[in-house]
Amino acid sequence: MKRFALAGNPNCGKTTLFNCLTGSTAHVGNWPGVTVDKREGTYKKCAEPISIIDLPGIYSLSPYTPEEVISRNYILDEKPDCVINIVDATNLERNLYLTTQIMEMDVPMVIALNMMDMVEKQGDKIDEKELERRLGIPVVKISALKGTGLTELMEKAFETSSKERKGKTVLEGCEIYHLISDVRIALDGQNVANPLFHAIKLVENDEIEVQMHSTTIKMVDEFKQSFNNELFGTDFEALVADARYKYISKNYSPLMTKKEKGVKLSKSDKADKVLTNKWAGIPIFIVILFAIFHLTFSEDLFYLGSIFSLPTLEDLGVAENFGTALLACFYDGAIFSPGVILFNLMDLITSTVFGWITAGLESLGAAEWALSLIGDGILGGLGGVLSFVPQIIVLLLFLSILEDTGYMARVAFILDRIFRRFGVSGRAFIPMIMGFGCSIPAMVNTRTLADERERTLTLRTIPFFSCGAKLPILTAVAGAVAHILGAGDGSIISFLMYVVGMAVAIVSIILMRSTTQRGEVSPFIMELPAYHAPSFKGLMIHLWDKTKHYVKKVFTIILASTILVWFLSNFNWSWAMTGDINDSILASLGQFVQPLFTPLGFGSQLNAQGWVFVVAAVTGLIAKEEVIATFGTLAAIFATAAPEIAVEGATDVMTMVLGTGITWPALIAFIIFNMTTIPCFAAVAAAKGETPKGKFKWTLLFWVATSYIVSAISYTAITMFASWSLWSILATLGIIIVSVVAVLLIRNYNKKHPVKGVK
Amino acid sequence: MKKLSDFSIGETGVIVKVDGEPRIKRRLFDMGVTPGAEVYMRKKAPLGDPIEVTIRGYELTLRKAEAECVDTKEIKA
Repeated sequence: MKRFALAGNPNCGKTTLFNCLTGSTAHVGNWPGVTVDKREGTYKKCAEPISIIDLPGIYSLSPYTPEEVISRNYILDEKPDCVINIVDATNLERNLYLTTQIMEMDVPMVIALNMMDMVEKQGDKIDEKELERRLGIPVVKISALKGTGLTELMEKAFETSSKERKGKTVLEGCEIYHLISDVRIALDGQNVANPLFHAIKLVENDEIEVQMHSTTIKMVDEFKQSFNNELFGTDFEALVADARYKYISKNYSPLMTKKEKGVKLSKSDKADKVLTNKWAGIPIFIVILFAIFHLTFSEDLFYLGSIFSLPTLEDLGVAENFGTALLACFYDGAIFSPGVILFNLMDLITSTVFGWITAGLESLGAAEWALSLIGDGILGGLGGVLSFVPQIIVLLLFLSILEDTGYMARVAFILDRIFRRFGVSGRAFIPMIMGFGCSIPAMVNTRTLADERERTLTLRTIPFFSCGAKLPILTAVAGAVAHILGAGDGSIISFLMYVVGMAVAIVSIILMRSTTQRGEVSPFIMELPAYHAPSFKGLMIHLWDKTKHYVKKVFTIILASTILVWFLSNFNWSWAMTGDINDSILASLGQFVQPLFTPLGFGSQLNAQGWVFVVAAVTGLIAKEEVIATFGTLAAIFATAAPEIAVEGATDVMTMVLGTGITWPALIAFIIFNMTTIPCFAAVAAAKGETPKGKFKWTLLFWVATSYIVSAISYTAITMFASWSLWSILATLGIIIVSVVAVLLIRNYNKKHPVKGVK
Repeated sequence: MKKLSDFSIGETGVIVKVDGEPRIKRRLFDMGVTPGAEVYMRKKAPLGDPIEVTIRGYELTLRKAEAECVDTKEIKA
């Protein structure tokens, strides 16, 4: 099968084109760096099926960021049959800069002039026939968004792929061209493939090339001694880049005729004026973030219920029937937010359907163990997790809108100054905020950061930005805490927990920056794409892409582990079903590790059943949704159930609170522990793939240590404020003294040992 | 000669020279910040840094520290 590779600048519409060609549903965003790994799909409308490879977006083939190296190596080593170079026609010069580099490789190539619809809308024109002639490469006008010109593009690419093409360069008029030419001949003599490309990179003193051709580089070095350019000296890298742009602006740019534009601002400019306004920019960002959480989690939309003291359904004296239950999904003393409404509906559906199933089984006279397995084990566990799917979707929808409109890139712009103070650039904030959705894509996205230390730092803190799967833990446990304290539905506690997570991230970044990951903040040079309204189709693709991941997990790994937990908690070591949970396999395993969690408040101080919290936290490593699923399964085992609490999952937690005697500060510590500890296995695997060799084990250790220390401190501090005991005051004082001494020691050490090799 | 970092909002200039550490310089070049290019100072971030400029028809953001590497001259009318 022929392979065509898509290459082009970030945000030039590559992924949209990829989706159009392959019918795949890859994720498209409106900020640079959405595709960070190559992806494959199949195009079926040509004479034969063609494999399409979507390479990460790059500005250049220099070796400075991992995605540039991925793209470069793919074209050089895997030798695709054709490279389709996507050029954003609204941004011709910078896009053609990459074209002039790909051109130098000996690979068949076609240019897809994308976003032609935008160009025409602006009233601009491009002479693409003349561009094709001057470049010597076929040019096809397309619009990936509208789906025009695609058949023509693929036919042209198919036709071109059967012809060999020798590399060509625009540097022929450049003053060091004869050096390039000499090096090319030398490399050709050594039978190096793509000699022209390698020759130019070698002349540029590219670090990858210098290692590969250590003998030939001497030619360049000798030449340098007799050469001096008044502007660039012997900095050939700069000289070459400059020559490329000069050539482009002289030969290609005039082919675009721009309609005279008045002073009228485009819609994008107008939006930008407000969103990044000097005074309003940061407050708007905070309001947007708050609005997202409010619309997803609030049980009192816009606080209308509290403001107008609306009556509850009970006050209104509505009869209890299914219609009322349905109404209660939308309103009960307050109007619910869209997230909560969807959640309630899903919960109503699952509990109704599950009720039928259990009733059906009972009427069929199923054995008691089967009833227990299906009712308490499987349905109890899955129900808890499934109800959260709609709420996760709502949260993801809002994050997707931020990405698609281009606002996310502005957030980096607005916040860079603040983040720099902590030791990372504003760019690092994009993967961090993505972490609120799911850690895995967020971790993969850290590749767009140019600096290795910054990548490591960011990756390690991503789990602290509590992901969608941790949401059930937050809601349920916070709901129980609020119930104990008699204060609302726990949404404020949930919000505070998010804040704690972010605070832990900031503190650990500062700590790592002054200890293991010292060095200066990496540069911040980034394109700000024009805003555009998100397309409905794009959003849906985006959402489906992320949601299917959750749903798949519910019916595979979570289902399997729920059954396992049920089995372990209902059977004893002699493989017989036991009525007493304290006799179960799970209990003995849990009790074994339980003492370790004493400083966190859910260890030895609890009664005989206290191991349930430890077990739940451990199952969270399989998938974070599992924590609440385990609660669902384990709560059924306690003899006395807690009275019903309106917040999903909170009743199960309350049952366990009553059964174990855990205190509310310990519940908070439990949330924090789950939020900051090792993420789920899938995210751990992603982290392993993204961390440099040898750093992965430290990353794991970092997560364990952080979660343990932070939870222990929270437990101690909150307990202390709840009841001033001597022991808690002493412990807190101890922690403060130790931290102050540590900070002073680190400062002192850093002053004496400045960072070497990092500028 | 005026450094890009000293521009006030709405000012335009032509790049004469780009200096600085090789990595930063290369990155600037790749993004089209090369001698001869016209650069327009669009705005500053709410906290005064980074800045946003229009160059080669698109919006680019960079910090003042990086903009300091860019020397410009006035455009001759």
